[in-house]
Amino acid sequence: MSMEARPSPVKYLLLRVLIYALVSIAVLWVLTPFAISIMYAFVDPKQYYSKSVIIPALYTLDHVRKLLALGAYSAIINSVIVAVLTIVFSFALGLPAGYAFARYTFRGKDSLKLLIISLRMFPIIVIAVPLVTLYIRIGLSDSPLGVALAHTAMALPFVVLITSSIFAGIPKDLEEAGLIFGLSRAGVFLRITMPLALPGLAAAAIFTFIMSWNEVFIASVLTLTNRTLPAFILTSAMAATDFIKFAASFIMVLPAMIFVFIARKYLITMWGITLR
Amino acid sequence: MVDVHLRGITKRFGRTVAVDGIDLDVNDGEFIVLLGPSGCGKTTTLRIIAGLEKPDRGRVFFGNKDVTYLPPRERYVSMVFQSYAVWPHMTVFDNIAFPLKIKGLPKDEIVCKVKWAAELLQIGDLLNRYPHQLSGGQRQRVAVARAIVVEPNVLLMDEPLSNLDALLRVRMRSELKKLQRKIKVTTIYVTHDQVEAMTMGDRIAVMNAGKIMQVGTPEEIYNKPQNIFVAGFVGTPQMNFFDATISISPKEVALDAGDFKISLEPRFTELLKGFEGKSVTVGIRPEHIHPSKYVALSEGRYSLVKGTVDFVEALGSDTIVHVNVGSRILVMKLSGSHHFKLGSDIEIALDLDKLHIFRKDSGKAII
Repeated sequence: MSMEARPSPVKYLLLRVLIYALVSIAVLWVLTPFAISIMYAFVDPKQYYSKSVIIPALYTLDHVRKLLALGAYSAIINSVIVAVLTIVFSFALGLPAGYAFARYTFRGKDSLKLLIISLRMFPIIVIAVPLVTLYIRIGLSDSPLGVALAHTAMALPFVVLITSSIFAGIPKDLEEAGLIFGLSRAGVFLRITMPLALPGLAAAAIFTFIMSWNEVFIASVLTLTNRTLPAFILTSAMAATDFIKFAASFIMVLPAMIFVFIARKYLITMWGITLR
Repeated sequence: MVDVHLRGITKRFGRTVAVDGIDLDVNDGEFIVLLGPSGCGKTTTLRIIAGLEKPDRGRVFFGNKDVTYLPPRERYVSMVFQSYAVWPHMTVFDNIAFPLKIKGLPKDEIVCKVKWAAELLQIGDLLNRYPHQLSGGQRQRVAVARAIVVEPNVLLMDEPLSNLDALLRVRMRSELKKLQRKIKVTTIYVTHDQVEAMTMGDRIAVMNAGKIMQVGTPEEIYNKPQNIFVAGFVGTPQMNFFDATISISPKEVALDAGDFKISLEPRFTELLKGFEGKSVTVGIRPEHIHPSKYVALSEGRYSLVKGTVDFVEALGSDTIVHVNVGSRILVMKLSGSHHFKLGSDIEIALDLDKLHIFRKDSGKAII
């Protein structure tokens, strides 16, 4: 304890080591499952079952290929359709709402905002059964459109709030300058506001995509033959051998990882201004 | 280019009245400055002229045309915003060219006009840059270039110089004024800076609490303020004000300020008739007070007052002396450097030709 009396380089060094150790543990904690599942997604089956091999040397594309042939391929297509439809619907509805929240003051604005957030309070399970019966009645069950509508309902509050904060971050002067120099209100939105909001909106779109891509419960309940990828994996691939499961998890995380890698480069700043 | 007329413009925001029944006539090609403290309604007035706000009452005319309810883009005005509002996702060229593109001008004409405006503002070599690569002063020039390139009916400027550093502000002041003379565009310029107003405006409209207090040339505003607000708002240091009671006798008119008395020549009798025995507010600018030893005392032009030196501000070009006269301080401004001993006795001479007298009730000028 005598070390505490004077500033000690040793103590400083220890502190640094401690911090680096903690950071390393955190990083390993997150990355190890990724690394393992990616590694075992391509592992040669013999090496996977061999007791003497920890890090395999032989790899194959067979598992991924097999999985795709088993139905993952059409499930991926369904998932993409659902995710894209979800983005289209939730932005078509959420963007104007977000803009209104950002730019206009009106009666009941704050309570409306609260109401939108509170929609997320209801557990999906509660609405699942009524939703299925409703979908069967109107012929939406087992269709990508039906899943997309359910996902839209889940994503909408998030889209409204995030776009409203993006629009609020765009100075009003820039829009007014557009009005002065010859644009209509709609013209200003399309030619001034939208280009400036684009980085933020792209981020919101990516989050929406990933949310829809990962969502498993509603997708499993609402579809039977037209499974989305998570629903397909949950019901089919989980019954297969281990390396098929790893291959499935690899296919699941791949798009999310690609999106995040692309996105983080330009999400923070674009055109030299920071948009939330 | 047109003349602009405001008739009874009123604008409320909730319960606050931002603009309260304003009438204003701006001549074709004139540079008029709306001057006033913050919150006096000058920016709101400008925004109403631009079409960004609709007035609750009143009319806006460009020439004979009623534009009160026209959207901004149908008014063919330009505006330079306080924040410049240069679009960050466009290059300098695209920023300046944007209004022309909207108008659908042919491409070579756009290039020609953008070059003309850019040369005029000396930003010809910045056309390919993005706004975030520019300094504040350069961004401001882009905003001005964008505003003049369309040859607008009216050029509106909302405190365009307030975000520049002091040196640049002085330079842009004269540049903007010269530019306006060159292109002869009707210009309405909003500022809270009286120096900007005095140096740039052909005429100044002084505003306070949503009302126009006085419209006039800079000289008129400075030398003949019509009310106590204008007298006090324009000029640094501020005009000296003190209350005095008027007494009129056949020989002279006297202003009794308690601590001292000022006797005016009989020629003031006619002007001050009816105020006998009443209290008024007397105003005199600091530069119209001199140490008595510096002036040739003759023909009753000066009134002498004794006091002590309370405080001295030596500014180099000017010396500002606070003189303690009884219970009040009179501020005196002398050009050049002068030395005064704090606490020493001093006799000051008030220039009676430059005296202002205001009614106490309405604040309106009597003299």
